[in-house]
Amino acid sequence: MLRIILTRCLWAIPTLIVVSFISFVIIQLPPGDYVTAYVAELRRGGEYLTDTQVELMRQDFGLRDPILWQYARWITKILLHGDFGQSFHYNAPVSSLIWDRLGLTLLLSTISLVFTWGIAIPIGVYSATRQYSVVDYVVTIFGFVGKGIPEFLLALILMWVGFSWLNMDVGGLMSPEFDTAPWSIAKALNVLEHVWIPIVVLATSGAAGLIRVMRANMLDELGKPYVETAYAQGFSERQVVWNYPVRVALNPFISTVGWALPALFSGDVITAVVLNLPTTGPLLLQALKMQDMYLAGGFILILSTFTVVGTLLSDILLAWSDPRVRLG
Amino acid sequence: MTDTSRAESHFTASARTLMWRRFRKHRLAVVSLVFLVACYLAALFAPFLAPYPPDKIEKLQTFVPPQMVHIWDGGPAWPFVYELKRTRNAETARVTYEQTDKKIPVQFFVRGAEWSVFGLGTSDLHLFGIEAKKQKLNLLGTDSLGQDVFSRLLYGARVTLSAGLVGVAFAFVLGLTMGAISGYYGGRVDTAIQRLMEFIRSVPTIPLWMGLAAALPIEWDPLFVYVLITLILALISWTSLARVVRGRFLSLKSEDYVLAARLSGASQTRIITRHMLPAMTSYIIAAMTLAVPEMILGETALSFLGLGLRPPVVSWGVLLQDAQNLRSVALAPWLLTPGLAVVLVVLAFNFLGDGLRDAADPYGQ
Amino acid sequence: MPPIPMANDMTNFPPERLLDLRDLAVTFATAEGPVRAVQGVSYHVNRGEVLGVVGESGSGKSVTVRAIMRLLARNATDTGTIRFAPDGEPLTLSGQPRDSKLMRSLRGNRIGMIFQEPMTALSPVHSIGTQIARTVLLHRGGSKSAARDRAAELLARVQLPNPGEMLDRYPHQLSGGMRQRAMIALALACDPALLIADEPTTALDVTTEAQILDLLRGLQKDLGMAIVFITHNFGVVADIADRVAVMYLGQVVETGSVDDIFYAPGHPYTKALLGSIPRLGAAKRHRLQTIQGMVPDPYHIPKGCPFHTRCDHVRPGLCDVTAPPVFSPRPGQEVRCHLTGGAA
Ligand SMILES: Nc1ncnc2c1ncn2[C@@H]1O[C@H](COP(=O)(O)OP(=O)(O)OP(=O)(O)O)[C@@H](O)[C@H]1O
Ligand code: SF4
Ligand SMILES: [Mg+2]
Repeated sequence: MLRIILTRCLWAIPTLIVVSFISFVIIQLPPGDYVTAYVAELRRGGEYLTDTQVELMRQDFGLRDPILWQYARWITKILLHGDFGQSFHYNAPVSSLIWDRLGLTLLLSTISLVFTWGIAIPIGVYSATRQYSVVDYVVTIFGFVGKGIPEFLLALILMWVGFSWLNMDVGGLMSPEFDTAPWSIAKALNVLEHVWIPIVVLATSGAAGLIRVMRANMLDELGKPYVETAYAQGFSERQVVWNYPVRVALNPFISTVGWALPALFSGDVITAVVLNLPTTGPLLLQALKMQDMYLAGGFILILSTFTVVGTLLSDILLAWSDPRVRLG
Repeated sequence: MTDTSRAESHFTASARTLMWRRFRKHRLAVVSLVFLVACYLAALFAPFLAPYPPDKIEKLQTFVPPQMVHIWDGGPAWPFVYELKRTRNAETARVTYEQTDKKIPVQFFVRGAEWSVFGLGTSDLHLFGIEAKKQKLNLLGTDSLGQDVFSRLLYGARVTLSAGLVGVAFAFVLGLTMGAISGYYGGRVDTAIQRLMEFIRSVPTIPLWMGLAAALPIEWDPLFVYVLITLILALISWTSLARVVRGRFLSLKSEDYVLAARLSGASQTRIITRHMLPAMTSYIIAAMTLAVPEMILGETALSFLGLGLRPPVVSWGVLLQDAQNLRSVALAPWLLTPGLAVVLVVLAFNFLGDGLRDAADPYGQ
Repeated sequence: MPPIPMANDMTNFPPERLLDLRDLAVTFATAEGPVRAVQGVSYHVNRGEVLGVVGESGSGKSVTVRAIMRLLARNATDTGTIRFAPDGEPLTLSGQPRDSKLMRSLRGNRIGMIFQEPMTALSPVHSIGTQIARTVLLHRGGSKSAARDRAAELLARVQLPNPGEMLDRYPHQLSGGMRQRAMIALALACDPALLIADEPTTALDVTTEAQILDLLRGLQKDLGMAIVFITHNFGVVADIADRVAVMYLGQVVETGSVDDIFYAPGHPYTKALLGSIPRLGAAKRHRLQTIQGMVPDPYHIPKGCPFHTRCDHVRPGLCDVTAPPVFSPRPGQEVRCHLTGGAA
């Protein structure tokens, strides 16, 4: 067991290095750089910079150095000082911009994840044990629709419904008047009124997929001989289902847990843009559009790290739960 | 030789017939197939089916609601629409449209804007339209610029639907090559490719898509951007296809006829192309079908965020940008119709793919 | 077939009898129409006796025993009487729903069952010890450690080496033969009166098969339990069974003692099966493929005698029209064939 954990951890290190390098390369990809974007913006405002000024700016930002050198500088600072560099656009350290938003993203994603599982596992199991029942059909349809409907569209529709039909104030995390107000019951209620849409959106797309996976796994498992053996021992249906096939069906499920979080982050990016939430998504989008490279790179790096760590976690969980993996 | 090849073709034909029979049992899959064929045909003939060009701006007909075409007027009647009266609410300064009693007949095969017939010539024929001075036939209403949503939807289908196919074609080439190499040679090569796939999967898709898409300069030719966007989508999604191919290869490798071919001295390429690939085509077709909706969703999401295709290109994602503004949606919910189209097409592809997979695998789930 | 009255049933149940099937019929509803997998099977098992059930694939052997266990698929309906007398008074099992209290208290307790596939018949995520202990706990209660001790004892009884260590092994760590032993230990967890063994050795190699048969024979003697032993293989039947039931297309075509069946088979199908056993010296395992023609598919069961499409002695005009009744050429042997009845 310890060996498995160790080898998996060791594998994660090169992956992380490659991920970080790719994050850096991606933000370097666009022809032109932040200075180009900045100059273009100034020009739109009617201001002009001379070529020497532009060149000075580039050197100031270290944009003239070779890319490997820039990468090394960037990653060392992150590792040694937690310093993700400076956002050109906000003229502030990236870390000061990222962490608040990341915290909220993490919170929203975790809540959605709990919701997703709480819904997906029992429903998946039930619908598999009652194949072709009405519930099974409803669940199957939900699974399909949930998979077919893009997150941002669901967010749009829910916003539209909330706004036009339920007369709610939607978008953002709370109504503007509470922004600076201290925490109170009214503020909490207001947050709840706003936050249900992103949670429903994130949980729906997640649950739809997971229900399908769980149902398919369960159907696979329910047909296997060991289930009949369990029945032949005299266990009741509930005992059999929850002690045997569910245990086995959860294994492939567990191996996808690690991807659930990153998938939620991905979903969050788009949902948050639509819903105008103060999470990582909108800032990442803006950073990418502005080619604010340290900011964008920081985001991509952190999100990717979460993914790698998530995969690592699920590998370990899988080894812990499945003797076939653990004992080889 | 002719004998064996005849026997072979007979064999494959009957296998295919069997598959088709199994497929036909999937009602939903058959309906989806019909629906998708209709969609692609509509996209192909968009200029003829659409009454107006996608970018025709009508300043005086903004946010016109969808118009019902009536075919019943106390009895069966020639299709007609009611004339609309445009009024401006003095208080809110908002334009509203009211139906009058006047009927305008719908006409078929009308002359309108010119369009190019697959580069062979031009035509100005459109399937339908109406003859009215102050009004157009807007089946799905108009947007903030008075552009006909129905026409835009049809033109958008060309980009979005083809992006799905082109993306899958890229992913197919990548996935097939890598999967086949990985599954056939096994060993180190397999491990290396497996690691690569694992790595690609461990990068969060949307941020990566966004990063890559954002790297495309705005001033590039839209067609080029389109190709690159599909390539980006393919770069990430080839792994699932490769996994299917690899799995099939692994299981096929052990099967008797490959062994037999090897014993009889067939070369490796021959084994792959002659024996293993044909045996997998059905699985691959199913996997590809299931990959198309991912591509469509990817294109739509990127364009929606303003990172993918940009106006004046019309795609469903671009159209949905108009729906980003909550107030426009509240005022004109029909701006969400491209979203409905996306959902329907994605669902249809999923059903079709599931049906194909089940048909390909008689012993499968 | 006229239903046998209840009173008659009771008188028909001698004290030495453990299990008794009367006119059991099972039909599966499928999309292609009803499948009549079992149509009027009657056989019985006495206490401490081994009944061998032989027949080709698809003849309904497994479906019959699943009906006894009340573990039929959900699309199945069944008629007929199944009675089981583990401790004196016969219990009527037929009509019991799948999840009934009575059945749950019998399964794993008074009736143990072994399956064909040792590879997949045990839960892959629980250790052998846990699986056996759970069954013991379910039916006998007591402490966990007592159940674990019982499990170790059972593993020793099925002659697994290092039983204490085996408790914590998982099925994937065991060989096929070892798994089948573990499976037998599980089935014996609560000292059943009846052990149903559905082709327990078909998936094993010849040496392992012989060892498992040895083990079963020994256990049967020691514990005095009855066994319904299902197999394709007449050789195995000769090895282990006291009496034999031969099944074809959902019917028992012949029953009798092993000696009757081997030395004086009455039914042409039995004869054909026996004819297809290789003689001494040849490989023992042999699929029964030498009978002419193919088993008809269960959607189109032939009229009259179900075997007439493949029978060498078929009487046209009789066999393909009238179903043969049961004849008894000697006490304890029953044959369903017009020939036995003297039609010539
Ligand atoms: N759930 C089911 N639905 C429909 N038909 C079934 C079902 N279970 C069994 N059958 C049919 O019942 C018939 C008898 O099956 P059964 O499993 O009893 O055969 P068997 O004698 O045990 O054969 P084998 O030696 O292969 O185990 C078969 O034709 C099978 O197709
Ligand atoms: S009844 Fe006729 S067909 Fe059936 S086994 Fe006897 S002789 Fe053969
Ligand atoms: Mg069987």
